[in-house]
Amino acid sequence: MSVNLTVNGRKRVVDAEGDKPLLWVLREDLDMPGTKFGCGAGLCGACTVHLDGEAVRSCQTPIADAAGKSVTTIEGVAANDIGRRVAEAWKALDVPQCGYCQAGQIMSATALLRQNPKPTADDIDGWMSGNICRCATYLRIRAAIRTAAGLAPETEVTKPAIVEKSA
Amino acid sequence: MSASIAINRRSFLAASVAGGTALAFDASLVLAAATADAPAQVLNAFVRINAENTVTIGAKNPEIGQGVKVMLPMLIAEEMDLAWEQVRIEQTDADEKRFGVQTAGGSTATPRNWLPMRQVGAAARQMLIAAAASTWGVAAESLSTARGAVVHKPSGRSATYAALAKAAAALPAPDLASVKLKDEKTFSIVGTSKPGVDVAKIVKGEPLFGIDTRLPGLLHGAIIKCPAHGGTVISFDDSAAKAIAGVAAVVAVNSGFVPEGKNDTIVIVADSWWKASKAREKVSVKWDDSAVSGFSTEGYEAQAAKILAGAPQTSAFTAGDADAAMMKAAKVVSAEYAYPFLAHASLEPQNCTARFEAGKLELWAPSQAPANGRAETARFCGLTPDDLTIHLTRIGGGFGRRLLNDYMVIAGQVAKAVPGKPVKVLFDRTDDLRHDFYRPAGWHKLAAGIGPDGSLLALKNHFATFGSDGKPARAAQMNPAEFPAPVVPNVDLGVSYMATNLATGWLRAPSSNAMAFVFQSFLDEVALAAGLDLPELMRRTLGDAREIPGERAKFHTGRARGVIDAVCATAGWKGRQKGRGFGFYFSHLGYFAEIVDLSQKNGAVTVDKVWVAGDIGAHVINPLNALNQAHGCVIEGLGQAMIGQKMVQDAGAMTAENFGDFPLMRIDAVPRGIAVEFLETPFPPTGLGEPALPPVLPALANALYSLTGKRQRSLPLTLT
Repeated sequence: MSVNLTVNGRKRVVDAEGDKPLLWVLREDLDMPGTKFGCGAGLCGACTVHLDGEAVRSCQTPIADAAGKSVTTIEGVAANDIGRRVAEAWKALDVPQCGYCQAGQIMSATALLRQNPKPTADDIDGWMSGNICRCATYLRIRAAIRTAAGLAPETEVTKPAIVEKSA
Repeated sequence: MSASIAINRRSFLAASVAGGTALAFDASLVLAAATADAPAQVLNAFVRINAENTVTIGAKNPEIGQGVKVMLPMLIAEEMDLAWEQVRIEQTDADEKRFGVQTAGGSTATPRNWLPMRQVGAAARQMLIAAAASTWGVAAESLSTARGAVVHKPSGRSATYAALAKAAAALPAPDLASVKLKDEKTFSIVGTSKPGVDVAKIVKGEPLFGIDTRLPGLLHGAIIKCPAHGGTVISFDDSAAKAIAGVAAVVAVNSGFVPEGKNDTIVIVADSWWKASKAREKVSVKWDDSAVSGFSTEGYEAQAAKILAGAPQTSAFTAGDADAAMMKAAKVVSAEYAYPFLAHASLEPQNCTARFEAGKLELWAPSQAPANGRAETARFCGLTPDDLTIHLTRIGGGFGRRLLNDYMVIAGQVAKAVPGKPVKVLFDRTDDLRHDFYRPAGWHKLAAGIGPDGSLLALKNHFATFGSDGKPARAAQMNPAEFPAPVVPNVDLGVSYMATNLATGWLRAPSSNAMAFVFQSFLDEVALAAGLDLPELMRRTLGDAREIPGERAKFHTGRARGVIDAVCATAGWKGRQKGRGFGFYFSHLGYFAEIVDLSQKNGAVTVDKVWVAGDIGAHVINPLNALNQAHGCVIEGLGQAMIGQKMVQDAGAMTAENFGDFPLMRIDAVPRGIAVEFLETPFPPTGLGEPALPPVLPALANALYSLTGKRQRSLPLTLT
């Protein structure tokens, strides 16, 4: 089927089977590999995008459901002020290890701050618990979200204590 | 930059490194200009000086998130006296003849490359100085370097590296072993925090990973494997799949883990992975799994119980006379411990892209051990290793899974079946979980004898593990130097093997991730019986500060004491306290002691805080990344213990389908703080990808005991 949608502000027409997930349309048909495949079952959050401003798992979103809607992906998230602040905080705190999950983390974090500009620690954990980081950069993810929200990080995440010691 | 550079090999230089492995560098390659008016000069295989006086440094090892793509270039830049802003980093291809060992595993990158990479940088600096000395007619000794320039202080002359590069590249390369290295006290890059080189691209979603490989006309492959490991294809019917428009081929291949001549993997190749994946249900396969369908978790457990009731089949290590010492011991403690199979579950599923054309195979491979991948892929494709070109992609998590190269072997054979067309083979999550190389399960029967002074006098362990013909399966061995064996006077480590059809493999901190839980939990029980706490039992057992020679690694009791004392001081350890637990481990040349704080509210147990003290030698090369690694190790270790991680086998096959069955740590289970302290001691720096992981498991288990009064001796733990 032919599907019209807007991706990062640009109108696109895709010819794909209606049950093909938005994830694979983005990666294969629109040549936008920033959105990642992790589990294909909505369990890891690596494929998170915004659909009409709401965070969704694109591996669970048939392209037919995106018809006529507006999609924001990691490639376009920094075009809005919150997304840009989140991406900047991610860089400033050197959040990634392997980096594979981080597109999804940033998309979820941006959606959080849009509806909850000053989240509590529990708000952050609750909202972000759908996104797995296998390398476990979670302390920095928390701190980066707080930084993007203008809040102080709750714990040291960039400087280990280093003590010189003789043998 | 410079997409096609012609290499003109002029001389070849070999240097030997610790361990006796020959490490070869092309020392003076002159490359064609990057562009006609902006020539780049190459001083050796790792260093290219650009016209604008930036320096491109090759990062040779696979980047799996451990930060090696920044760390190795830091060593070269340090010795070249560059300002970090001048450094550009490029991932090299896999080519061990040019770059030396390129493996991401075993926390080996730092100890293996600490000297050689510094020598590469120092050699480049020496060539630039020699070029300036010759140009200016002054003695090399009168020159110094700073921020990418050579300076002659007496005359006030200076020249950028870019200005000197052409002359320097024409000079003979110095003998790497003889180049003068910096005084470590003058380091200006090593020991300073450098962010990840790809972070700016990651936050924009730019293609970096193997799965992102894009090529014109790219085809996609989805796989079908026999559910029971080791099962092989008898026949398959692909007529319905081939009838689907866009399906290009259906190919049976050998993933490298069944006998040659047999196949264990069917690959559907189509113009879209989604299409190939869906077409899998249209292919019917008849498998021969008769020899492998009888294996199960239940079966192993029953067999292990029988094994542990008898005598060990073989011995891994003995010292003194454990039986005699046990008779003399003031007290004897015994217990049985166990842990399950684990999957790696890297978030980027296994994949590899390959193109076969005119007898040559080109691969884009997210591999932790590409040299092995080259050899195996060549063998299964009927090619020679030199027929393969291997590009290294960024890797979405390794954890040891990608030390084995089934995805390369599969992709190579599929590419050969569709010559001229690039094809990307991608596992889905279920394939990835069910066809992993698992951390082997294990069962232990332990006994310890406590001496009159409260030290550990004797230790016995019977380890039921996997193997055949008296040999352990991959990653299923008992290391003779496994802590605490080196510091106990009377030791008897016995081993018995049982068969499995599962392919086993190395998981981050292999062996130690399981042994730390077993031995340090058990020693907490021993300490309790001795009327001590575990840090004190450790101190008494370690004795005076000294270095103990070992088969695989020297062990320094003073360094162990150092981290134990440090973590106890920082966390305010005051003997046994409810909800606190301690663990120490030595693995991958690193010494780590950790304390876990738990609390309980309405029955639910929460990990509140983890304290870490580590000793990885004289330099924490990149503190910013070191802290991230330590956090990752601790949280991964907690995940192995506290969220129900185990892989269950039935009828030869693994049953987990997705992250619902094999959970990974999520943010809401992560402690609010992980305090990390490094002790810099006068020993050569060592790696950090792994050694912070093992101690957190027993620290958690011991904390749980102190909180609940109930000892749990089997992973995963139940947090109630």
